[in-house]
This record gives sequence, structure tokens and C-alpha cells, in this order.
Amino acid sequence: MARIELTGVTKVYPGNVEAIKNLNLSIADGELVVLVGPSGCGKSTLLRMIAGLETITDGTIEIGDTVVNKLEPADRDIAMVFQNYALYPHMSVRGNLEYGLKNRGTPKAEIAERVNEAARILEIEPFLERKPRQLSGGQRQRVAMGRAIVRKPKAFLFDEPLSNLDAKLRSHMRVEIRRLQRTLGTTSVYVTHDQLEAMTLADKLVVMNGGLIEQVGKPLEIYSDPQSLFVAAFMGSPGMNLIEIEQLQALGASLPDMVPANTGTIGIRPEDIVLGDAGPEHISLPGTLDAIELVGSESLVYGRADGLNKELIVRAPGIHLGEPGNRITFSIPKAALHCFDRDTGRKRVATANAA
Amino acid sequence: MQTKRTIFPNKALPYLLLAPQLAITIIFFIWPAGQAVKSSFEREDPFGFRTTFIWFQNYTRLFTDPAYLNSFGRTMIFAVAVTLLSMAIALLLAAAVNRLMRSGKLYTTLLVWPYAVAPVVAGILWWFMFNPSIGIITYVLSQLGVTWNHRVSGLDAMILITIAAAWKQISYNFLFFLAGMQSVPASLNEAAAIDGAGPFKRFWTIVFPLLSPTTFFLLIININYTMFDTFGIVDGTTSGGPAQATNILVYKVYADGFLGLNIGSSAAQSVILMLIVIGLVFVQFRFVERRVQY
Ligand SMILES: Nc1ncnc2c1ncn2[C@@H]1O[C@H](COP(=O)(O)OP(=O)(O)OP(=O)(O)O)[C@@H](O)[C@H]1O
Ligand SMILES: [Mg+2]
Repeated sequence: MARIELTGVTKVYPGNVEAIKNLNLSIADGELVVLVGPSGCGKSTLLRMIAGLETITDGTIEIGDTVVNKLEPADRDIAMVFQNYALYPHMSVRGNLEYGLKNRGTPKAEIAERVNEAARILEIEPFLERKPRQLSGGQRQRVAMGRAIVRKPKAFLFDEPLSNLDAKLRSHMRVEIRRLQRTLGTTSVYVTHDQLEAMTLADKLVVMNGGLIEQVGKPLEIYSDPQSLFVAAFMGSPGMNLIEIEQLQALGASLPDMVPANTGTIGIRPEDIVLGDAGPEHISLPGTLDAIELVGSESLVYGRADGLNKELIVRAPGIHLGEPGNRITFSIPKAALHCFDRDTGRKRVATANAA
Repeated sequence: MQTKRTIFPNKALPYLLLAPQLAITIIFFIWPAGQAVKSSFEREDPFGFRTTFIWFQNYTRLFTDPAYLNSFGRTMIFAVAVTLLSMAIALLLAAAVNRLMRSGKLYTTLLVWPYAVAPVVAGILWWFMFNPSIGIITYVLSQLGVTWNHRVSGLDAMILITIAAAWKQISYNFLFFLAGMQSVPASLNEAAAIDGAGPFKRFWTIVFPLLSPTTFFLLIININYTMFDTFGIVDGTTSGGPAQATNILVYKVYADGFLGLNIGSSAAQSVILMLIVIGLVFVQFRFVERRVQY
């Protein structure tokens, strides 16, 4: 059990690639932190620095009150689950689970006991004597998890552990990882680029972009109150609709009073837009329908408002029917608007008395 | 499995296309081998006037001849020594280069050169360096108080041909070991590092076991090489001496046949060598594919 503290962490790869830039993050004891961000934003790099697989160019990493910058991976008392599982192919499942314990000189009886316990928790008892190549993808994933929990480390590090599984198994394992982490109460850092995993697993969600942290918070907080244009567009699938304010003004649309000064872009979640006329509390934009994706429980409606150069996406409940080219009206509730600064792209707080 | 197939309308064409390769194989391999088998059952008088068919006498005589048995024993020692030495050094070098990753290219190129050196040249090279009167290594050894003379000492001579033969083979082994090591996923090493294994432990418990197909393959190849491809090295350094100390089987075939003019015995010896090769190749095909995997 341990907290993890990152202070001013920087990583520069050879060739002057700055992968992590002066990053600060506190992870509380027992917390599950999920790192999300686009490909190449430095998630794996950060995780590998915590694990000790990459050197730290600058700053400090503490695990449970010990600065680990100079410690070997073995001495950091962490366990990692790799995307490709990295099971030792020449050892049986039991051998894989035992390896870390044996290296640490754990007594034989305790090894057997811990391996059996881990195998029971993960329901891999029937495969203990098999080699990894004789297992399905999902079973291998469980063994990789088993290898992590059997050592009872201070922290778990996961690098996209479910991305090689099919959708159904993935959602099943997601629930299981959540349950396991809660039961064991082990501090965890989890890297993913799956929105659903990020939203459902995280105690604390960290959105990264270009080696920097864009926003840290509870998942719902980040979804409902994104602090920057990047987070607004990145979180949610599809992400937030972003409209430049000049274009709206050119259309003569009546902007609500509470839009603060120096706002450059406004954002609106696809599920907040109403199709059809909806009254004075809305900005009404006439336009044409481009396409409809029927998901079943909801419909994604793609359209273009007259005079705007960007497509708008609307998440409409139930089944919405229509033909491309049909005239429709987008009604944007003023209360659901997110305002972003013209210069910095950061969120601007809408104040009722701004104007 | 479906393979792409070319249909020749002309029945003779395939044979025609195979003919050059077949001709070479027959003229240079099959026919001489047949001749050797035939000669091994015959006795020829020293002047080549008369040959008599004598069944297995050449063979039975060999296995009661202390000189032959001695040569057999020395060949085994030589084969084991060269194989172990060259594979151990190659493994060490490959592990070192593998750690360097990127800058490994230059070393790889340099380390491959010895393989391109002809056996006789390699032999003469080492013969020079170990030459009792002018050799640089002999000089250094004498400074250290070690007297080296492979013309007198059988042990020195054996060490000399072992070093020369192993040196030439290191490159080959190195390339295979390096390729094998680079195909071990980096994440396995990382997982093992997190699992508390130091670099040596990781090497012996993860990398080396995963190399076992390569190791076994090289083992067979190296034994094969030492037993049959080292004629040039022996000829260039010791010529089998002193006092038969380095007269390994493949050299003895030549010494007995061409120098001693005992064609029958020489032929029988080469047939035995041939059988050993066939045996080794059989083991190779039989087991490399199946047994040595994880
Ligand atoms: N060994 C390396 N040498 C140089 N640059 C590297 C190295 N590893 C990663 N990088 C660079 O560092 C940046 C961050 O890489 P990282 O692997 O952490 O991204 P990521 O967020 O995990 O992406 P993904 O979601 O695709 O896995 C990238 O720009 C990448 O090109
Ligand atoms: Mg990654």
C-alpha cells in the first residue's frame, strides 16, 4: 500500500524528443488512476518511468515515501501488466506466477500458498500446469494479472492490458479488474485509450496531451466540465461539438448574455443538442442532414448548420429517421454551453452578470 | 496448405531444368562417395596394379588399430573443445552486443569477418602468432614465464588448432545467437526485471532457455564443422603432429590415403566419417523441429 508522488517529472529521449514535460501528479494510497490521451502523448513513457524501465531525465518519483529515481525495477516493489502480457513462454502458468516470488527468496510453502490463492481469485486453477501458448487470449490476460497480484506489490501498473481482447471479454475483464483492485486496495496506474475503460475504471482520471497533463479529476467531472478545448474534444465518443464564435455572430444568432468576454469557441455535447425548434432558451440553427447512424438505443445524427463550416453531431435518443438532404433545426440549449478562451483554449466560466 | 503451382506442358522441361544441379551433385558428391564405399571394401597393392575385394577387413582392422582409436578420441576432444569454446565466446559477444542495441551494427560487421577467412589462412594466421621463434603470442607467453612449443608439446598443438578452429567459427555462432536474442521480446526482459531478476539471472532463466532451438542447431553445426571442415586448419598449423597428437579423423583420411597410399583404409575412414555426418544431420532434423521448443 502506497501513494505515488510525481514532482516535476521530465523525460527527454535521445534525439531531443521531449516525451514528458515537467509533470506533477499525486496518487493517493489505494487509488486507481487512469491515464488517457491520444497516441504518442507519453502515457506509456510515464508508466515505464514509474516502473523503472525508463530513466527519469528530471524531477522525482516517490512510491510510498521513498524516492525511487535511482532504484532498479525490482527494488520498487511494483508489478506491471503488459499489453502483450509478456508471459514467459517456456514456463508453465505456475512457473510464471512463481518466478517473481522465487527471485525474492520467498519460502516454498508460502509460494505455493500465494500461487494457489491468486489462481483461485482469477479462476486459472485448471491451467496451472499449462504453457502460455496453450491458453486463449483471455486466459493469458488472467495469468498476467495473476503474476501481478501474487507478489502483493505496493502498486500495479497497467499498460493497455485489455486492448488485445474482443469487446465482450474486454468489458468483462474491465469489471473484474475494478473489483479486484477494490478488494486488494492496491494503488494502481492504468493506461488506456479506450474511453469506456477510462470513464468506468478511474477513481481519478488524468487526461494527457503532448507530454503534459490537460486535466485531472473524477471521470464525470471531466466529462461534464472539461477545462480545455482539447479535453472537450477528446473525451466522449463522439467528442464535444466545437463552434467558433465569429461564425455564430456572422449568422446573427443571438448569443446568450452569459457568454464571457474573450470567448473564442463554444462547445456543446452531442446529447445536449435538441433536434427541432425548442424555444427561447436555445440557439436555433437551421441546417441539412448528412447522415444517421442507428446504434439501437440511440441515433447519431450528422448534419451541417447553414453558414457553419463544421459538421455537427447530435446524439438523439431512440431511433431517429430521416434522409440525407432533409432540412432540420439544431437547437442548442444556452445553459449547456461550454465557453473556451480565444487565446488559451482554457475554459471560461460563464457568469450570469458578465454582460 | 495451398502452394502455387506451375504446370509445365513439356514433360522433359523440369528434368532439363534440374539437370545442372543433378549433374553437379552426381559428379562431385554421389560418384566420389560411391567410389569411396567401393574402395573401402578393397585392398590395393602399393603400386596400384591389383585390387582385391576383402569385405569388411578394412573396417575391422581400423577398429583394432590403436592409432585410429587414438585419432578418434582426439577428434572427440577437439570437437567438444572447439564447439564449447566457440559457442561460449559467441554467446558472450552476442549478449554484449545485444545490450548495446543500436551501436551494435559496427561490432556485428567486424565480428563477422573471421567467417570469411579460408580455413588454411586462419590456420596459418594462428600458426604465425603462435610460432615458437617469431610468434607474437609466444613472445608474450614467454614474458609471462610460459614456454610454448606446439612442435614438441602435443597439448600445445591441440590448444593451437582448437583456438584457430574456434576463432573461425565464432562469427557464425555469434550471428545466430544475436539474431536469436533479438527475437526475444524486450517486454519479457522487462517483466523479469520487475519480477526481481538481475541481468545475469534474466539471461540464464529467460533469454538462454528461449535460445535453446538456436543453441541446439549450433551445437550440431559446430560438431559437424569441427569434425569435417577443419582439414585446412590442421594442415596449415600442425599437419597432424607432433607424434599424431593432432591427427584428427579428417586429417588422417588424407594422411593415410595420399601420404601413406593406403587407399582402402583411407576410404573406409571416409565412409565412417560420412556415416557420422548422416547421423548428425538425422538428429538435427529429427529433434530440432520437435523436442527443442518451449
Ligand atoms: N525509446 C524511445 N526513443 C525515442 N522516442 C521515444 C521512445 N519511446 C517513445 N518515444 C516517443 O515519446 C513519445 C511518447 O511515447 P509513448 O510510447 O509514451 O506514447 P503513448 O502515449 O504510450 O502512445 P500510445 O497510445 O500509442 O501507446 C512519442 O512521441 C514517442 O515517439
Ligand atoms: Mg503506449
